[in-house]
Amino acid sequence: MFLTDITTAQAGLYGLLGYSVVFFGLILLMVVVMIIGKCFIAADKKKKEKAEKTVIPAPVAEAPAAPGAAGDLKLHNVEPKIAAMLMAIVADKLGKPLNELRFLSIREVEE
Amino acid sequence: MNVGEILLKLWNDSGFAAMITGFTAQDGWQNLVMIAIGCVLLYLAIVKKFEPLLLCGIAFGCILTNLPGAGLYHQELWNNFMTEGHEAYHSYGAILKSGGLLDIFYIGVKTSLYPCLIFLGVGAMTDFGPLLSNPKSLLLGAAAQLGVFAAFIGAVALGFTGGEAASIGIIGGADGPTAIFVTSQLAPHLLGAIAVAAYSYMALIPMIQPPIMKLLTTKEQRTIKMVQSREVSKAEKIIFPIVVTIFVALLLPDTAALIGCLMLGNLLKETGVTDRLSDTVQNALMNIVTILLSTAVGATMVGSNFLTGQTLKIIVLGVVAFMLSTAGGLVGGVMMCKLTRGKVNPLIGSAGVSAVPMAARVANMEGQKANPSNFLLMHAMGPNVAGVIGSAIAAGFLLSVFGA
Repeated sequence: MFLTDITTAQAGLYGLLGYSVVFFGLILLMVVVMIIGKCFIAADKKKKEKAEKTVIPAPVAEAPAAPGAAGDLKLHNVEPKIAAMLMAIVADKLGKPLNELRFLSIREVEE
Repeated sequence: MNVGEILLKLWNDSGFAAMITGFTAQDGWQNLVMIAIGCVLLYLAIVKKFEPLLLCGIAFGCILTNLPGAGLYHQELWNNFMTEGHEAYHSYGAILKSGGLLDIFYIGVKTSLYPCLIFLGVGAMTDFGPLLSNPKSLLLGAAAQLGVFAAFIGAVALGFTGGEAASIGIIGGADGPTAIFVTSQLAPHLLGAIAVAAYSYMALIPMIQPPIMKLLTTKEQRTIKMVQSREVSKAEKIIFPIVVTIFVALLLPDTAALIGCLMLGNLLKETGVTDRLSDTVQNALMNIVTILLSTAVGATMVGSNFLTGQTLKIIVLGVVAFMLSTAGGLVGGVMMCKLTRGKVNPLIGSAGVSAVPMAARVANMEGQKANPSNFLLMHAMGPNVAGVIGSAIAAGFLLSVFGA
């Protein structure tokens, strides 16, 4: 079909039809994308559940506790002196007293 | 031949002589006006930064094509190319034999090669993650095609033919390559005006959209903060372009070239094993094609074609199309906001007009004006890329109705 001259009424009809086609196409695509997304979410969930069931936590050697940290703070490759300094810096930057902050562990990041 | 004769011959062969002798009889004054328009466009591109990557080439192409005697582009060759029964009908051989440099550049537009290659690059630069994490944004991409069809109806009412009206309407898709793709097939004689209108309005989005956003949304709606969408896996991102290509090309085969290239580019980006190709299409290839495309489009701005009442109508209809598309997206956003009981900020609907990523940035900007801690950019990217697919589908529909 090759249309050249059309009336305004015809144009209105084509316009309406075209707009509907765009909606129809994108709604269908949305449904497809949603189905794919749900499949992936379900597969991810299953994977996570499987991993949780099969993985037995390996015994980890306890890291030495920092002095004065009531045994809560774990230090990994960090000297107690440096840990104390870091905690003081963080407390200073946050503007809060050190005894109101709780540090769980300090680990040296190796590049 | 003596020196005087040589100088006279040089003068007679020069463009100055052609311009002066043909000033009134031929297209002399029109050429001068077009050269001035080219300079204005260059000013807008360089000084005002209006889509400079494209507008620079378009403006320079416009100047080149209107230089009398240079013979870089021949409108009459392309008229013959389109005249059924003419010996040069659909003959690229005739173009290569008698054409100038810009005629050869233009072959890439005529064959739709450049818009498709641009889409390849666009695909490689697009992240469909926000769309995948919130597929409902596809609805906003559809709603924002309102201007395409409204301008199409308006153009027919103003006396344009179906094919011309379809090409004008697609300006509302706010997608340059799609506009060029459709126009080069349905109304090649309007290509210059339509391309200039489309790219100029895209550059003007930060000025066109905000008043409409304020008009169609309440302050309360604009302050809505949206929740972080889910993370999308790499496998999903790889499967998406394959599914979209098959699905959309089966629905509307006329869009296969555009959507195919867009999704191929995206696949190259997402696979993770074709980084070199992805890098090439995003940078080197995209840049080369942008130069060829913009110059070729500028070449079609021949005075006799461009300086008509039709161009003025196209410019007006183009801005109407843009405004109505924005309004359509916003109305869709408001509806979605109400249906989700205030979980969707309607401003993201305005990003459904394509123009990636400018429209999404404007939505983010307006959201932050209403609420400085509001970050809508990633949420707006969903409708934004949905708009690209939406305008390609709209183009496919118009091509299937009005195409040969």
